[in-house]
Amino acid sequence: MYSWILMLVVLAVMAGAYQLGRRRAIASAGGPKHIKQLHSLPTYYGLYAALWAGIPALLLMGLWSGFQDRILIALVTAKLPPAMLDGLSDGRLSLLVSDIRNLATGNIVSAEVTPEIQAAADQYARLGVIAQWSMWAAVLAVALAGMAYAWMRTRPQMRARNRVESIFSIIMIIFSSIAILTTLGIVLSVLFESLLFFQKVSPLEFFFGTNWSPQIALRADQVGASGAFGAIPLFTGTLMVSVIAMLVAVPIGLLSAIYLSEYANRHVRSTAKPILEVLAGIPTVVYGFFAALTVAPFIRSLGASMGLDVASESALAAGLVMGVMIIPFVSSLSDDVINAVPQSLRDGSYALGATQSETIRRVVIPAALPGIVGGILLAVSRAIGETMIVVMAAGLAANLTANPLDSVTTVTVQIVTLLTGDQEFDSAKTLAAFALGLTLFLVTLTLNVIALSIVRKYREQYE
Amino acid sequence: MNNPAKDAAGAPRRTIDIVQSSLKRRYARERRFRLLGATAVVLGMSFVALLFADIILKGYTAFQQTYIQLPIELAAEAIDPDGTRDPAVLARADYMKPIREALREQFPEVTDRGDRRLLNSMISVGAPDLLRERVMADPQLIGTTQELWILADDDIDMLVKGHIDREAAEGDRRVKDQMIGWIDRLDAEGRVAKHFNTIFFTHGTSREPELAGIAGALMGSFYTLVLTLSLSFPIGVGAALYLEEFAPKNRWTDLIEVNINNLAAVPSIVFGLLGLAVFIAFFGVPRSTPLVAALVLTLMTLPTIIIASRAALKSVPPSIREAALGVGASPLQTQFHHVLPLAMPGMLTGTIIGMAQALGETAPLLMIGMIAFIVDIPKGFTDAATVLPVQIFLWADSPERGFVERTSAAILVLLAFLFVMNLAAVLLRRRFERRW
Repeated sequence: MYSWILMLVVLAVMAGAYQLGRRRAIASAGGPKHIKQLHSLPTYYGLYAALWAGIPALLLMGLWSGFQDRILIALVTAKLPPAMLDGLSDGRLSLLVSDIRNLATGNIVSAEVTPEIQAAADQYARLGVIAQWSMWAAVLAVALAGMAYAWMRTRPQMRARNRVESIFSIIMIIFSSIAILTTLGIVLSVLFESLLFFQKVSPLEFFFGTNWSPQIALRADQVGASGAFGAIPLFTGTLMVSVIAMLVAVPIGLLSAIYLSEYANRHVRSTAKPILEVLAGIPTVVYGFFAALTVAPFIRSLGASMGLDVASESALAAGLVMGVMIIPFVSSLSDDVINAVPQSLRDGSYALGATQSETIRRVVIPAALPGIVGGILLAVSRAIGETMIVVMAAGLAANLTANPLDSVTTVTVQIVTLLTGDQEFDSAKTLAAFALGLTLFLVTLTLNVIALSIVRKYREQYE
Repeated sequence: MNNPAKDAAGAPRRTIDIVQSSLKRRYARERRFRLLGATAVVLGMSFVALLFADIILKGYTAFQQTYIQLPIELAAEAIDPDGTRDPAVLARADYMKPIREALREQFPEVTDRGDRRLLNSMISVGAPDLLRERVMADPQLIGTTQELWILADDDIDMLVKGHIDREAAEGDRRVKDQMIGWIDRLDAEGRVAKHFNTIFFTHGTSREPELAGIAGALMGSFYTLVLTLSLSFPIGVGAALYLEEFAPKNRWTDLIEVNINNLAAVPSIVFGLLGLAVFIAFFGVPRSTPLVAALVLTLMTLPTIIIASRAALKSVPPSIREAALGVGASPLQTQFHHVLPLAMPGMLTGTIIGMAQALGETAPLLMIGMIAFIVDIPKGFTDAATVLPVQIFLWADSPERGFVERTSAAILVLLAFLFVMNLAAVLLRRRFERRW
């Protein structure tokens, strides 16, 4: 009983409704010859019927699939003997529920199967089948009812086109609000979890503490699991990797943008630019692999040959590779703003006898500077938020160090390590990831807002 | 000009002299600057070359796999004692034994138990399963002795491909001296060969490098992308159409616009947090499935698609709209019948770029459980699955040398898909490029 089959059935009903609505409209006008009697084209009557058949049914289906499991679980747990539920923590309860669910679907169960759990699972499976069938019945009934409603209302005077169009514009408005909803979702989801986190750990400790060790002691006598949440080492680690990345990306990106837009002829430009842009299209996991398996060992052996002690996962390796990844962002954004500098400025400079490089350094770059700075800020935000390269190449140890040859850890690495694997949803360890996520989001958001407004303001200047 | 430069003797110098004397220096500086720019371009391009060369060199060998040819006696009494050819009986039979016996026959002098174990370890633990599949596909083989190519263990594979240093001390490498001797003997008899690695393309992942394939991850990526496309394309185009053509210019639409631009620059991992907190914890969408991955990736790629679609709509000249409105089309008809078809190539290009981004994305998917070790090949949108980039991430973590090769090969496959998608975007843009 897959719900996508039901989806297909609803789509089929919609197609039928379309045909029916169209025919009905033509018939109500008195046949194809009198089509002028209709307010709208027959297609719109068909669409009207199809939308009436489809939208309520699909909405119902979405709601039903969203809530079915919750209701079933509530019903099943209500039937369990109260003795079993007494004194269960939320985590235990969800484990019990997932056991029941697994038992019903034939998966592996974590605990021993008691008769009560078996009974609950049987009931869950039984209710599940009933619920599935009733969903089919309800959705189909709604679809057919919608079709019938549209069919009854179809008459020549009906303004089918206007109605269909207003439905479409509502849909489009909903679509464009998704961007807002996404931002809202991000803010709310990280904010709530972060607030929970800050109830357990003081923000003062989080933002200014220098000791990061998120392992929480499960037993009182456990060694090495202090649960310290001072995020300064993460911030400095992130900063160090980003600085190294920018030291690679800014000179190379900026200089190649200058060369390609000012010096290179059209032929060179049209081949070199796409090749550089390949760097932006490579998935970051590939860079991570490259950093961890090629660059890091290379740096390590290079360091060893010079008598330096380099960690196998060094900030330098991650930063260098991240810098390579960011080159195209810097270069294409700088390229845009350099091209936007009007030729008259350059001509003026040449007329005074300046060489091309003097013109570029004294006239073009200063004129393009705000835009370039905006582009660099965007690149910094990308470096701070980059995950895979640092996860694979920067290491996990939260060292508070200024040595780029050491292993450091970053905010994104810690989010990944805290949230992969199984853990309870409300432990300080998991919540810490959301607090880090909130910090990351706010920092990059600030950088982006500043950068975007600079770029935008500057772009309008010469137009 | 009021203070003309003076030379050492105090006599006034002409400007032309000053310029002349500094010209050489200025031209040298000009050349240096130019060279610096060219170096930066060459450096950037050599990074691309280096990256590709490194991955191709590491990965191309994974497309071949070492097999050992052995005369396998598929005795009827061992595999199918009753002669029923019942698939259930065939499936239960022990296929390890005939392989081991064949191996023992090749090396009758190996009698010590420890050496025997070493000898057996040259064969992949998955070899019996492959033999079973073979026998079940062709029951005629039962009762005969066949020269069959048996899958070798990954260490042997690495040795044959030359990734293991034969000169290193025995303790430093994974293959013992004895095994090297055996393999060389088999090789001399022509019993060792590298065949095209079909397992890599037909199997799911595995803990054994020689049995690990990308089929599961490919299917996971396929389901995820199909769903992402079918969600993000209509939503993106609809949103772009509304914002560009219908929306009144007010604070609300300004807010939406700023929002979209910012979302495009939000770190991808934050979308993973959103997916975890909203889709999984709040709405109860099952973890590790293409469904939840597609929801997250849809939200992530939407800004890209909306921005590209709006640019495409902007490039359609207003005269088209005015003409359509002039002959009595409603605003929506104008858009759907006239503007959208003209803007469609640009929108599709943006969508393909968004899909390429979604195909290569890893970080948010780690948050929503795509990192689970899943051997089965997913069969639908709600089956537990992994995707290609996450598979690459997981393999990159494995210590065996065989996985380095497979990771690189998987990267090559991923890059090939990305290349095809980008090529499609470029061709599409070229094909439909139009000057007004």
